[in-house]
Amino acid sequence: MQEKLHALKEEALTKVAQAEDLKALEAVRVGYLGKKGPMTEVLRGMGKLSPEERPVVGELANKVREAITTALEEKKQRFEADVLNTQLKTETIDVTLPGRPVNLGGPHLLTSIVTEIEDLFIGMGFDIKEGPEVETDYYNFEALNLPKDHPARDMQDSFYITEELLLRTHTSPVQARTMGEYRGNKPVKMICPGKVYRRDTDDATHSHQFTQVEGLYVDKNVRMSDLKGVLNQFAKQFFGEEREIRLRPSFFPFTEPSVEMDISCKVCHGKGCSVCKQTGWIEILGGGMVHPDVLKMAGYDPEIYSGFAFGMGPERIAMLKYGVDDIRHFYTNDQRFLTQYHKA
Amino acid sequence: MLVSLNWLKQYVDLGSETPESLADKITKTGIEVEGIEYVSEKLNHVVVGYVESCEKHPDADKLNVTIVNVGTETIQIVCGAPNVKAGQHVIVAKVGAVLPGNFKIKKAKLRGVESNGMICSLQELGVKEQFVPKDLADGIFVFDEEVEVGRDVTSYLNLDDAILELGLTPNRSDALSMLGVAYEVAAILNEKVQLPNVSYNTSTKRASELVNVEVEAKEDNPYYGAFVAKNITIKASPLWMRNYLMAAGIRPINNVVDITNYVLLEYGQPLHAFDLDKFGSNQIVVRRAEAEEKFKTLDEEVRTLNAEHLVITNGERPHALAGVMGGFESEVSETTRTILLEAAYFDGKRVRQAVKDHGLRSESSTRFEKGVDPNRVKKAGFRALHLLEKYADATICQGVSEYDALDYEEKDVVITTERINERLGTTISDDEIIVILNKLQFNYTQSGSSFTVHVPTRRQDITIFEDMLEEVARIYGYDHLDYTLPEGGQFAGKLTERQALKRFVKQVMEGAGLSEAITYSLTTTERATRLVAPDIKVKAVSPVRLAMPMSEEHSTLRLSILPELLAVASYNQARKEKDIALYEIGTVFVSDEKEVTKQPKELNRLSGVMQGAWLSHPFQQEQKSVDFYVAKGIVETLIERLGVDVQFTKADIDGMHPGRTAEIFANNQSIGFIGQVHPTLAKTYDLKEIYVFDLDLEYLYDAVDVEPRFVQIPRFPSMSRDIALVMDGVTPSGEVLSTIKSAAGEHLYSVHVFDVYQGDNLPEGKKSLAFNLRYLDPTRTLTDEEVEASYMHVLEAVKARHGAVLRA
Repeated sequence: MQEKLHALKEEALTKVAQAEDLKALEAVRVGYLGKKGPMTEVLRGMGKLSPEERPVVGELANKVREAITTALEEKKQRFEADVLNTQLKTETIDVTLPGRPVNLGGPHLLTSIVTEIEDLFIGMGFDIKEGPEVETDYYNFEALNLPKDHPARDMQDSFYITEELLLRTHTSPVQARTMGEYRGNKPVKMICPGKVYRRDTDDATHSHQFTQVEGLYVDKNVRMSDLKGVLNQFAKQFFGEEREIRLRPSFFPFTEPSVEMDISCKVCHGKGCSVCKQTGWIEILGGGMVHPDVLKMAGYDPEIYSGFAFGMGPERIAMLKYGVDDIRHFYTNDQRFLTQYHKA
Repeated sequence: MLVSLNWLKQYVDLGSETPESLADKITKTGIEVEGIEYVSEKLNHVVVGYVESCEKHPDADKLNVTIVNVGTETIQIVCGAPNVKAGQHVIVAKVGAVLPGNFKIKKAKLRGVESNGMICSLQELGVKEQFVPKDLADGIFVFDEEVEVGRDVTSYLNLDDAILELGLTPNRSDALSMLGVAYEVAAILNEKVQLPNVSYNTSTKRASELVNVEVEAKEDNPYYGAFVAKNITIKASPLWMRNYLMAAGIRPINNVVDITNYVLLEYGQPLHAFDLDKFGSNQIVVRRAEAEEKFKTLDEEVRTLNAEHLVITNGERPHALAGVMGGFESEVSETTRTILLEAAYFDGKRVRQAVKDHGLRSESSTRFEKGVDPNRVKKAGFRALHLLEKYADATICQGVSEYDALDYEEKDVVITTERINERLGTTISDDEIIVILNKLQFNYTQSGSSFTVHVPTRRQDITIFEDMLEEVARIYGYDHLDYTLPEGGQFAGKLTERQALKRFVKQVMEGAGLSEAITYSLTTTERATRLVAPDIKVKAVSPVRLAMPMSEEHSTLRLSILPELLAVASYNQARKEKDIALYEIGTVFVSDEKEVTKQPKELNRLSGVMQGAWLSHPFQQEQKSVDFYVAKGIVETLIERLGVDVQFTKADIDGMHPGRTAEIFANNQSIGFIGQVHPTLAKTYDLKEIYVFDLDLEYLYDAVDVEPRFVQIPRFPSMSRDIALVMDGVTPSGEVLSTIKSAAGEHLYSVHVFDVYQGDNLPEGKKSLAFNLRYLDPTRTLTDEEVEASYMHVLEAVKARHGAVLRA
């Protein structure tokens, strides 16, 4: 019996080795391990053995069965792998062909700049305020210390709709409105981005519509050195740590003292080059300490409250930062222009 | 304001400052120097020559052969200038000289005659054409006063001068004068100002005997002074004066005119000289003009005046439009012998009105408009008389005939060191304040740390504490201020819900493949009313127009963003950018008035335009153009993400394709539309098949319902049923869908159309719509019977409402 088992094993393993495909292999399995196969027959004959022999032969039979099963399984896996490999070979594609593009738009360059400025000031505790583009003469001029016949009104010829209504010439009226809303007893810390309009003929450097971002901070004991500190922090975050700022005296009817802020030229670092017209500095924004009349008109007592305000033009910043050479690009919306600024 | 540094040196010592270093200091202290210009390049071998003889060139009509003494030698020069004559002192560029434009002077032969240099015009030395006196414009420059033969011409002609161009802010009109600039520079350099000579001799005759001044318009003219100068000789003004005028951008005319211009620039006080012999009376009356009063100004234009204009009259008719321009009749000319010199203070508003009405802005009017220094009005007259005596041989009559109600008071402003430091964030001491006030040459009265500053009248811009704060800060130096951060309580900044939603909408649009555009709010009236959304149309009575547009192109505020985006699409298409996907978030301006009297409503809209390829991956044969459903899918996705329920209804909107346009409703309120632009309208933009959408963001922002609450993920399986229905071809699927939703019962989880079919195997005019219905009960597994019952309900409902039957 034991010899028979050994012989069966040898015979079966030889057949497994000779099998050339999955079908032949299956025939071997059925032939030896199937219900009508010799192994079953052997095990059926076990009953005739003596109680001493039975466990010995039983163990051997199991081993033989196991050996055949393992051999079958190994061979089967090899066949399956071959089949899969053949299939994979036929599935090969040209991985260097381009992928199917994903349609992805992007923000306008001005929006990107405004958003970046907004986020920087939000980080410094400022809120964002908005206001109407069609303004009253009062909020656009008078509340900002520009009475009807003020010569400084010449500086910004405006688009009037009626004698009392016009397209705002700056976003400053939002400051006056916000101060009014806070009724003179609450600190104001805000920036106001938005569209503004001036009576200019459109050319490479002028646009009858453009964007402004202005800021206002009113509280008790606000100092001019705070204006310098906040603007410095903004300039370094926005333009780069290595940039220096410089304040120069200037004039705006709604601030006193007034300042103009320059940043050191990125190209020459203050030495003077063609980008900064040999001055080493580039003008970026205007600002100053809020004029006491502006505070008063909005209900803030200038003896108790003081503040600073500033304003800048995203178009100008974009032109400086990205070398855009014509302000009209922002409003022409050539897709080849728009998409240049969609990258991270 | 153009500032000649050679001229400025007459009043203040500039030490070793170079034009560049001085410009930098002036800019940092408060007046922006916008440019530095040099009168000429450094010249060598250009000297004064004396023309000893001048003969016609033997072989050339237009040339002369001259013998010129240049000090060290006598040389022959062939000269083509028409005005060269023997006996003239001229500018000679000797051999070896290099003139501007790298023009080298060499020995030459002109038509066979040797020439050893060149006799020059001012232009050839680099002086700008417009500043060269008219009579010298076409020829060489001839010295008309004593000059030393052989000397370098540089100093005679002020060629070594540098001109600073000051960009003055409206408050700094004090720097519209050389003396004002001198005070500014003196403060910067800590120097003193040297005032000009204003002395002169007088005859026994009194001005008041010759003219009488009467001011009727007292408000407009608080001071009017009339001086009289007799025995005038009209001739050229001295060369130095002409040089300075040219440097300041003013063309020299004759001594009298030049002197008034010179004093205007020096003191910032405009003066006017009338020919007294042509004045027609000895009575000066200053009054408002009469309606329709006619007056011929010096430019020989006849002006029609009205009561808003101030005039200087001889009691009968105007001789000057006050502060703006003199009259033709009494203009100073070659024959003038006696002049009436006006030094007056005219109110800025009056002058501005005349400038505006007659388009006559001048050096004079600019200064009156901004306000002149009361204390310099009469002094400027004295200065002019000093110069007239010296350079026009004038005999000056005693005194002045005047009307004087002018306020000469210096205004007091109180500052304290403590408050200065509090506002600036500095630690300036009392002594430093004193140094600064002295630099500014402001008088003050000190009491401890408090200073009462007596602000000189030249600085009309300083009236309150903050003005002095700025003076102190700028002289102290903005550079010396610290960098501090506000000490007030810090409160966190945050976007409002709307601002955050706007950013979200933008993200969805950009994620869906649209790029943001920004267009103009002002457009043509015609465009403003195109493609206006139905919800806007019912609110807007008429578009808002500017009172005085610069052009029709930008005359009216838009009622829709779409016409602008279509123009952008058209622009791009014309540049071969044919695949377009753009959106804009912006306001439209809605007024419910016919004649606007109050601010229009500014409503936020989201608009988009799309055309051309949507999906393009050719080698995989994937090609899809933008169509209605592409655009609708984007809009639906956005609205779904905002958690708002809407219905789309077929709509007829002006300018839109009648069969491919849907109006969007939420809560029975119209909130926008979507569809294909009508081909006729598209054609006006040179566009063909283009899709647009326009949504009311005001509604959407308010309706947003996306409270982030946790909903259990379903644990029980859903059950699915498909249903194919045959109905009339025109039945909107949306309505059938609504019917299914309401009939299917509470367990319906989702339903969507998965097939639309029309054609073979269906009767003419019919279509088949196939829906997939999914049922779910989150608490248990549904039974077949329940689903079947719902299914039967649906069939009954669609049959009853739409005549739809199960497809065989």
